[in-house]
Amino acid sequence: MSFLEIKNVRKRFGANEVLRGLNLSVEEHQVVCLIGPSGCGKSTLLRCVNGLEEIQGGEIRLHGDRITGPGVDLNALRRDVGIVFQSFNLFPHMTVLQNITLAPTQVLRMPEAEAQEKALALLRRIGLEHKARAYPDQLSGGQQQRVAIVRALAMEPMLLLLDEITSALDPELVSEVLNLLRELAQEGMTMILATHEMGFAKEVASKVCFMYEGVVHEEGPPEQIFAHPRHERTQQFLSSIIEAGRL
Amino acid sequence: MREPGSNSKEVRRRNPTLPRDGSGFAWLALTLAILLWLATVWVMWQVKQVMTANGFQALWADILLGLVAILPLGLLFPASQSLRQSGAARRALQSENLIAARVHGSEAHTWAWFTLGYAGALLLFLLFVLFFIANNVAVGRTFFQLELIANSFGLILQAFWINVVIFLFAGFFSLVWGLVVAIAKLLPGKPAQPIRFIATFYTDAFLSLPSIIVIYLIGFGLPLTGIGFFRNLPLEALAVLALTLTYGAYMAEVYRAGLESIHPSQWAAARSLGLSYGQTLRFVIIPQAVRRIIPPLLNNFIGMQKDTALVNVVGVIDAFNQARIIASNDFNLSAVTTVAILFILITIPQTRLVDRLVERDRARFRQG
Ligand SMILES: Nc1ncnc2c1ncn2[C@@H]1O[C@H](COP(=O)(O)OP(=O)(O)O)[C@@H](O)[C@H]1O
Ligand SMILES: [Mg+2]
Repeated sequence: MSFLEIKNVRKRFGANEVLRGLNLSVEEHQVVCLIGPSGCGKSTLLRCVNGLEEIQGGEIRLHGDRITGPGVDLNALRRDVGIVFQSFNLFPHMTVLQNITLAPTQVLRMPEAEAQEKALALLRRIGLEHKARAYPDQLSGGQQQRVAIVRALAMEPMLLLLDEITSALDPELVSEVLNLLRELAQEGMTMILATHEMGFAKEVASKVCFMYEGVVHEEGPPEQIFAHPRHERTQQFLSSIIEAGRL
Repeated sequence: MREPGSNSKEVRRRNPTLPRDGSGFAWLALTLAILLWLATVWVMWQVKQVMTANGFQALWADILLGLVAILPLGLLFPASQSLRQSGAARRALQSENLIAARVHGSEAHTWAWFTLGYAGALLLFLLFVLFFIANNVAVGRTFFQLELIANSFGLILQAFWINVVIFLFAGFFSLVWGLVVAIAKLLPGKPAQPIRFIATFYTDAFLSLPSIIVIYLIGFGLPLTGIGFFRNLPLEALAVLALTLTYGAYMAEVYRAGLESIHPSQWAAARSLGLSYGQTLRFVIIPQAVRRIIPPLLNNFIGMQKDTALVNVVGVIDAFNQARIIASNDFNLSAVTTVAILFILITIPQTRLVDRLVERDRARFRQG
């Protein structure tokens, strides 16, 4: 039994079936990279794991416990599974510090002082302690995204989902975000990341999954997927990435 | 499009359009300014005639009329500026200085528009004065009998207090009630379906009902039922209930539009951190929606204020009802004018406040 098991998951938006019986398993401390053409359902899959979308078939198990279907305590699930979005989604009316302490104080009922201390420690770690009282729109994109990651980390999740978190960033800001991810990977954080940063995927991934037509079309260690893709679709996708100068 | 076959990178250019000097416009402005000045002198002369005919004679009034009569001469300044600039533009055109011609031409245009704008305003003012003194000051006497206004002012002001009390209560209750209805309409999930249905039906019904009918039905109907509680309520309280029900529906729509205007990604971010539906509303959605909601809520509030004048249909002695009684005793509408002025006086600061809030919000939005 794997840490996270996604079995035969189906997800429809109206008539559009986005996930068509998708299977994927993730072990603890693994970093799994989802790659694939835009619109293939990477974001949808991550949102299903976090319970932001209901699925129409199959099941998802975390630590053997079913986290889809009726009767699941979604609020409890989301304490264990954090997600970071492409567009940061910080709360614009709260300071950086309030953004980070909101969930620990309201959901975990952590005392305010303790939550702040913890948040400041996290901010110190990413070198943004001096921005604790700033509002999100006073931060650069890279800083905002790192705060969003730290906001998710403040809930001490068992699993972190990252949805193309560098896609909205200016190129020179990407590395500061990737460095943070690299550190998290080294510390053994279990992560699933949808990404177009192939170089980064090659470097940190334990497993790369190529998604196509609503299923995992091909998966394997990064050396194999990037150097010797077996399926034609995977090859086509990777060669278009190479053409764009991204690999 | 480059011609097929030609590979050379030729330079393409378009001849610049010649600017106009704007002299026609400038002359128009000057002519209008002079004509309007003559018209003003004539109108002031008419006013003086009417005053003499009614045996009214005062030095201050004469001085005032004289001052107003020479005021339009001020229009000659922008008009002549326009003329001067258009002359400069013409000279620049002759010496083929296109840029200078464009600058002067546009200045001439601006000054001419400035003249025309003020001329238009002045024209409206003159028409109003003529209307006011027409038929030996009939309009003035009917609506603005100063003596009547002064005599009835105390009574009217007292009655206006009823309007103020009604809209303060109804305003507070409809703000609270509207939020309750809006949240009921937005409740997610199957179990909340009946609640959503009732809330939707309520807003649909009360958005389509004219408030005067609601006031009539509640003000007359509820006491008629003979239920003790309603029979003992003062009419004013029933009016508050009627306005709350009507405007609660409006307020609910504003709240709902505001809550729905917050991007779904904010919901996703909050829920993904484990916050419940209620916590997300309270900490993330409502605080962001409030600043967008306040201006339209205030607009509804102002609308409701005006509708307090409708409560006279059930016999509440509000300012309008009081004024009508006075008006029918004196065969003159000046008391009603007083009510109109009172409504204007309390509303203007509020509309200015709304403008300020909207502007502030827009400034914030521009920042990012
Ligand atoms: N909320 C939604 N409603 C309807 N269709 C959606 C919704 N979210 C995503 N989709 C559709 O699902 C498909 C997959 O989208 P997405 O998961 O965002 O792809 P990816 O992240 O791989 O680019 C797309 O065709 C998209 O149009
Ligand atoms: Mg996506």
